[in-house]
Amino acid sequence: MSKKEFMSGDEAFAFGVKLAKPEVIAAYPITPQTIVVERLSDYVADGDLDSQYIHVESEHSAIMAALGSSAMGARTFTATSSQGLLYMAEGLPYVSGSRFPVVMMNANRATAVPWSIYNDHNDSMMFLNSGWIQVYVEDAQEALDMAIQAFRLAEDPRVMTPVMVNLDGFVLTHTYELVEIPDQELVDRFLPPYQTEHKMSLDAPKSVCIGVGPEYHMEFRYRQHHDFDHFPDVIREIDSEYREKFGRGYGVLSEQYRCEDAEAVLMTVGSITGSVREVVDDLRAEGIRVGVMKLRYLRPFPTEDILSLPESVKAIGVLDKNLSYGYEGTVYTNVNSALSRGNRRIPTKDYICGLGGRNISKENIRQIYLELLNPAAIQEGEKVSFVNLHLDQEVDKNG
Amino acid sequence: MAENKKMTLNNLPEEELFFGHKACPGCGGSLTLRLVMKVLGPNTFVVVPANCMSAVSFYYPAMNFGCNALASAFPCTAATMSGIEAAARAKKLEDYTVVGFAGDGGTADIGLQALSGAIDRNDRIIYICYDNEAYMNTGVQESGLTPFGAKTTTSPAGKVQHGKLTHKKNLFDIITAHGIPYAATASVGYPQDLINKVAKAKACQGTSFLHIMAPCPTGWSVPIDSTVSVAKEAVECGLWYLAEYENGEYKLNKDPKEFTPVGDYIRKQGRFKHLNEDEIREIERQRDATWVRIHEKW
Repeated sequence: MSKKEFMSGDEAFAFGVKLAKPEVIAAYPITPQTIVVERLSDYVADGDLDSQYIHVESEHSAIMAALGSSAMGARTFTATSSQGLLYMAEGLPYVSGSRFPVVMMNANRATAVPWSIYNDHNDSMMFLNSGWIQVYVEDAQEALDMAIQAFRLAEDPRVMTPVMVNLDGFVLTHTYELVEIPDQELVDRFLPPYQTEHKMSLDAPKSVCIGVGPEYHMEFRYRQHHDFDHFPDVIREIDSEYREKFGRGYGVLSEQYRCEDAEAVLMTVGSITGSVREVVDDLRAEGIRVGVMKLRYLRPFPTEDILSLPESVKAIGVLDKNLSYGYEGTVYTNVNSALSRGNRRIPTKDYICGLGGRNISKENIRQIYLELLNPAAIQEGEKVSFVNLHLDQEVDKNG
Repeated sequence: MAENKKMTLNNLPEEELFFGHKACPGCGGSLTLRLVMKVLGPNTFVVVPANCMSAVSFYYPAMNFGCNALASAFPCTAATMSGIEAAARAKKLEDYTVVGFAGDGGTADIGLQALSGAIDRNDRIIYICYDNEAYMNTGVQESGLTPFGAKTTTSPAGKVQHGKLTHKKNLFDIITAHGIPYAATASVGYPQDLINKVAKAKACQGTSFLHIMAPCPTGWSVPIDSTVSVAKEAVECGLWYLAEYENGEYKLNKDPKEFTPVGDYIRKQGRFKHLNEDEIREIERQRDATWVRIHEKW
């Protein structure tokens, strides 16, 4: 029997990890991820989770200890945020290139300087090229569910690729919601113990994390690249089985909401999606045809989903909580590339928003939709804009 | 429990666990690995960070370890071993050893944080620093364990700077300050002493650390058949010492009554060729200070 509990995003994710029964946890604390590692420490200390918790001395050590553990065929978890993720940078392609299915939770947080503990996506966006699967969740329930799904996905023999599950810092990690907790037995059936031949073992010794010269390197990379082609099918399969067992599913790489006859669509990533859906409902109630497309996975990228948007769509906006300085938001780059691949000519506009925790109001979102409803202006105008920017604001002397 | 027969140079296993690699002739590092692996045996998980030893042995398709081995990133030999050890505990493996081989830079510079963490956790791993006194893999650059005055490609024998400006970091003290269960220094010039210490490390239930002097003929500019003799001379002239730290107690395995002249050791090596008499005296002064401290403290 499943039950419901009031939990923050961090707590829900930690509980999901507990249900997934990792054999090894290697993590270093950083705000706003800390609650995840604290809860997991509690579970281990109380004997509620039979796992080896390695108190590593840095995020670099966390990811490399995770590499060592996963190379032994042990189910392995780590968690971090922002600067910690950046400190892990060297280890990320080590893990993905070696095809070890580590699962990581990343609390999305701005990157220094100016330093900030608040939310944006500049941390994880830096690592779209790291060879990791990246998924972004919207609420605490999805956080818990994806903690479980992530292990199943990473460890699937057709995948064998690490998964980074992203939760918006504070907005999601520290916000309490009612969360349905799946039954452990059901989770055990959905996610049996990790078994693999791809490991070091005393019976069949091997060398791992090898070096490759120019004569073979491209072929390794080609295979790693094209293995991603199959991931959407595996993700679909896993999500539908999850829906069967637990009564909740999340679609596949993306989720469209009221896009069927929409004239304007906003692309979102993460927790902002809920507010955007509400604005969509408000506008629909006024007879204005708008929709929202939540991009759940950024690797693999939902190219086909974007190309499946109906012909009614005359303009697309992208809410980018990140910025590739001097150019544009990274999600925008990817969305435009997808449209180009399908030869779809739809005017697009990038809305840089929420950097360093800047608020995005429903009114901001409403204004964006109204702007998108004028496709000719979108076509002609500036492509990159900043939401809720106040360049002339007075510094509050009282702090 | 039957006591294992003591391993000696005469009864070392025939089986080679590190072979067919592409190390330079006379390489002290690969000699270290070969000897250590014979003592540890095939039930061993090896970690080698980015260094000469991984560069010569993990290059696809030729793999040169006869046991499980992982080529890890430069800063985290110890952390990778901790991950392996944690997984081995989780899987309740028995009769195995986890060992790492990092160089002087990989240990005393970039790898120090991870090593300190592993000792703090007292993970049951053997950390081996094979010390050839510079970043040899990248072409002989200065490390924290490069000795005073040695010429490297980043501490050249220039007109105003004469090789390395500072003395070798005191790595052994850094390690023992952690209260580690077992630590020792050793040398490829004293293979039986080295074998004994590896055997002790293998039996240790917590973290153990071996700091092994392993000359690099390429980087030191000495003949390729002099690796062992130059390693011996380092001990004889007092610039290296053979010691152990066990259960909080220090022990000198060799306490020379008198040292051979430092100049004799220095003059044979191209890396010290530029040094003047004052600089050699400075090396002797530092050596003597080290030994006074050793005799007082230990």
